[in-house]
Amino acid sequence: MKSLTTAIIYSWLEEVKDPEIPVLSLLDLGVITAVHIDGEMVQIEMTPTFVGCPALDMMKNEISDVLHRHGVSEVEVKVSFREPWSSDKISEKGKLALKNFGLAPPPSGKIISDLTLLEHVACPRCNNTNTEIRNFFGPTLCRSIHYCLDCQEAFEQFKPL
Amino acid sequence: MNEVIKELLYKIADDQLILGHRNSEWTGFGPLLEEDIAFSSMAQDKVGQSLALYQILNELGEQPPDTVAFMRHAERFHNCILTELPNGEYDFSLVRHFLFDTAEFIRFDMLRDSSFQPLAELAHKIHGELRYHILHANTWIKQLGSATKESISRLQVSLDDALPYAMGIFEESPYEQELIAEGIFGGEQMLKERWMTTIEATIHHTNLHLPAWNSIVPVLGGRMGKHSVHLQPLLDEMSEVFRIDPTAEW
Repeated sequence: MKSLTTAIIYSWLEEVKDPEIPVLSLLDLGVITAVHIDGEMVQIEMTPTFVGCPALDMMKNEISDVLHRHGVSEVEVKVSFREPWSSDKISEKGKLALKNFGLAPPPSGKIISDLTLLEHVACPRCNNTNTEIRNFFGPTLCRSIHYCLDCQEAFEQFKPL
Repeated sequence: MNEVIKELLYKIADDQLILGHRNSEWTGFGPLLEEDIAFSSMAQDKVGQSLALYQILNELGEQPPDTVAFMRHAERFHNCILTELPNGEYDFSLVRHFLFDTAEFIRFDMLRDSSFQPLAELAHKIHGELRYHILHANTWIKQLGSATKESISRLQVSLDDALPYAMGIFEESPYEQELIAEGIFGGEQMLKERWMTTIEATIHHTNLHLPAWNSIVPVLGGRMGKHSVHLQPLLDEMSEVFRIDPTAEW
């Protein structure tokens, strides 16, 4: 086996998708915070989007599975809050993938104290902001529910955090 | 110093776990689908946050999170009594959510500056999540607190009922001075003062009224393991499946 580099590990991690949003890799989601290589052993540090995210164990297992498939003999996945996740950690590529998936991407910046940005989220279908918030909570911890008055359809947003 | 930190972590984690369980009892019973989803999501957040706090305790030498959550009797829990009270009707659950989560939001804000690094890091994260709980509580308190005669009077009755228990959130720890001196936590007194100002500001936007703070007689005891009759039945139900086979792999 050729020698491991962090760049190779990152390229393999591109294969691991968010179990609830299969168009988004964990890298684009921004939950991988460090990769360490120590001989044959690879240590991945990750941080959850929400502390209570029930998909966390599944993500950890999938990271191990993918790296094992590529021949890494020993994988350790560590959860840490050292560098906590925020929605600004989602890459631009990730935000576009969310939008194409029908989920409004979170706006950038530390803005959640500004309620109007939650109230008039751009609709992922028509891009208009003639929308209303229907619920701060949604089908998963990281989504809120909105309604587009132009499309007359409900949509979800990946919450800014 | 470990005992001081453990005592603080236990009371915060137990608050999150017990109120998280109560919130989960709204799953399938919410007055609107949106509220069903909201209380269920807040339950998931709170139980998940309690797990992260129990994990820190585990690293400090305490039993694993499942053991701690499911195998202790009521007198070993340090949650405030407010969190264990039955849900009652929606108005009571909403008022409790407002009073408790406002305190919790400020508590985690203060803990972001904790000298105990693992807690400071986690607090930063949890504080961000609780913003949504606060938005939810404030939206409904403002809306229903100035809507119809019935909604106002229901919230007022629940507010009057809940306030003595809410004051129990701030029951002081035996280690209060150490916590403050070591920069671990700014203390219950500071938390209570910030909480009172915040509660007043929101209630001011409604037709509800707050009694004079010094007229409220706090219901204490929860932090010391002296609970109401409601906690043990909650724990029995919560741990029913776990206790069938504590060694089972899930």
